[in-house]
Amino acid sequence: MSSLTKADMAERLYDELGLNKREAKEMVDSFFEEIRASLAHNEQVKLSGFGNFDLRDKRERPGRNPKTGEEVPISARRVVTFRPGQKLKERVEIHAGNQPDSV
Amino acid sequence: MTKSELIERLIDAHPELSVKDVELAVKTMLDHMTDALSTGERIEIRGFGSFSLHYRAPRMGRNPKTGEAVPLAAKYVPHFKPGKELRDQVNDGLKAGY
Repeated sequence: MSSLTKADMAERLYDELGLNKREAKEMVDSFFEEIRASLAHNEQVKLSGFGNFDLRDKRERPGRNPKTGEEVPISARRVVTFRPGQKLKERVEIHAGNQPDSV
Repeated sequence: MTKSELIERLIDAHPELSVKDVELAVKTMLDHMTDALSTGERIEIRGFGSFSLHYRAPRMGRNPKTGEAVPLAAKYVPHFKPGKELRDQVNDGLKAGY
């Protein structure tokens, strides 16, 4: 099955809301852009029903180059994690029964 | 940022659209994404990341109140993998002192 893309989402805004093609494309772009900007400023994003994008600060830790076996420290970093909301979890779980080999 | 704050920011960014259109657009986009995942379809947003489903094998759980063993069916859970641009921007935020 093909993936859902920004183009598909814009198409639906055009079909269902009557935004023109340019408005629809710009709305989808700014939707993800605003979420990205928020996370880049260390601001959690909470979209009720869908889920939360959380931020976690990781300390530096020892790592290893898997090819050479050489020890290389993994630098301190900030990462995004997604916690699905209750509604999304339920919707996805129900689907599980009728599609044994999913994505 | 909550959903209503996101909607406010999008209203500011799109003065050409009515408040109602922006509210409906956000609802439509989130519903579209939920519908896609609930039919097993992946979501791929370039630069932002991808959403897919991860399989969880059936297992025996336990009722925390009674201690009784309960069989739990196999299921799928949503998973998000941030794209490179998002990873880099978030990590640059750390370096910039946010």
